[in-house]
Amino acid sequence: MSLETLEIDHIPSSHRIHAALFHDVSNTDFLHAQLLARNPDFDYTFLDASSVISRLHVLSAIYRAVTTQLEGSLTTATPHSEVVLSLSPNNNIADAYRRWGITPGKTKDIIVIKIVSGTEVPTPEDIWAHLTGAIKGTPAPLSDEEIAKATDWPKVRKYYSLNAVPALASVKDEEVRRREMERLAIMKMALRGL
Amino acid sequence: MATEFPLPRVLTYPASAPPSLIAQGAEGRLYKTTHLHADRPCALKYRPPKPYRHPILDARLTKARIAAEAKVLDRCYREGVPVPVVYALDAAAGWLMIEWIEGIPVRQGINEWLGERPEDDAPPAEDLDETPIVDLMKRIGQAVGSLHRTGVIHGDLTTSNMMLRPRPQGSEPEADAKKKAVAGDVILIDFGLATQSSSDEDRAVDLYVLERAFASTHPRAERLFSHVLEAYKHSFKKAHSVLIKLEDVRMRGRKRSMLG
Repeated sequence: MSLETLEIDHIPSSHRIHAALFHDVSNTDFLHAQLLARNPDFDYTFLDASSVISRLHVLSAIYRAVTTQLEGSLTTATPHSEVVLSLSPNNNIADAYRRWGITPGKTKDIIVIKIVSGTEVPTPEDIWAHLTGAIKGTPAPLSDEEIAKATDWPKVRKYYSLNAVPALASVKDEEVRRREMERLAIMKMALRGL
Repeated sequence: MATEFPLPRVLTYPASAPPSLIAQGAEGRLYKTTHLHADRPCALKYRPPKPYRHPILDARLTKARIAAEAKVLDRCYREGVPVPVVYALDAAAGWLMIEWIEGIPVRQGINEWLGERPEDDAPPAEDLDETPIVDLMKRIGQAVGSLHRTGVIHGDLTTSNMMLRPRPQGSEPEADAKKKAVAGDVILIDFGLATQSSSDEDRAVDLYVLERAFASTHPRAERLFSHVLEAYKHSFKKAHSVLIKLEDVRMRGRKRSMLG
């Protein structure tokens, strides 16, 4: 089972967060339709992995979504949609879905997140059974290596305005450069709404 | 001491290590904690509600101040000024989570260097190689120069608001303890009083505050301060006119005269 239960600091034990990655998904249009229809069985976050940098990047978005929920100030309908918005540097929800949500015909690799809280207690096994039944793709763990296979850097640089950042100009090493871009992206996300 | 204050709500949930209270100021408290997991130490700056202020005004001020500090850090970091990166924040709840900077304050580094020196401000003995401390002064000048070039005024420049972050292991030859005390990258911290400005006047006052703080914190190293200004002068184009303005500020003090 590639579904992982994430341990994130400063998230109350009432919340359980599960995540997995699927490569080469062939039924994105079906999944997208379930979201549009607000099918209650598909209360998940589906992210286009090509817009995602790393595990840390996803965790930062989840952290913000959950803390926002705890403060009672969700901007979107559910913590699952709030994760999508939390990846964006601006408050435009439609824009966030276009960039970090899944797009039929385009999205190939999908990161799935399930946030469970309160009295509803589906087990990881239940969730995994449902996901593997619904998603036609190759499951993989949510690791930096697996995410990196999908990352489309030109797109990420555009979304977080990282193309003309003076701080990056002097960084030559590609690996160091990517870690710097990750830091800048997480900072952009944190500053959304100020 | 930590038990005297109730923790901000954001810190009441389980984490890989319990938060510890690092510092407490008039405006807020600083905790050391973790961001997402144990290997990401961070500083959490919390501005608690002030019971003596009207609640609506208090909420607005807290929010504006957290937002201002975050924006300044973002601007500085993107421009390559050595400052901590922002990890997360909630302006309405009054907290800001930033990168934890390893190392010691510059104040401590300078004092460790001065440690065995004679009490007076006499020139050092012939055989004392001052290169490491002079080099630190230059790095301070460059850091402040890059800050001012970006259009940011720190507002409270002191050697306590600068950290000396050790460079990664193996990147430099092994130095003795004294040299080690003043080695590392200078990182500017605490932007709680920072403002955005590019005027010579504001920049000169910022430098003047540092000069005065330096003289009172490190009276035995006062003559080394000229190296800070020298490095500052070469760090950006308009630095020269700031130093001319600094002469005026020294004559009259930090506050402008209200006469005339």
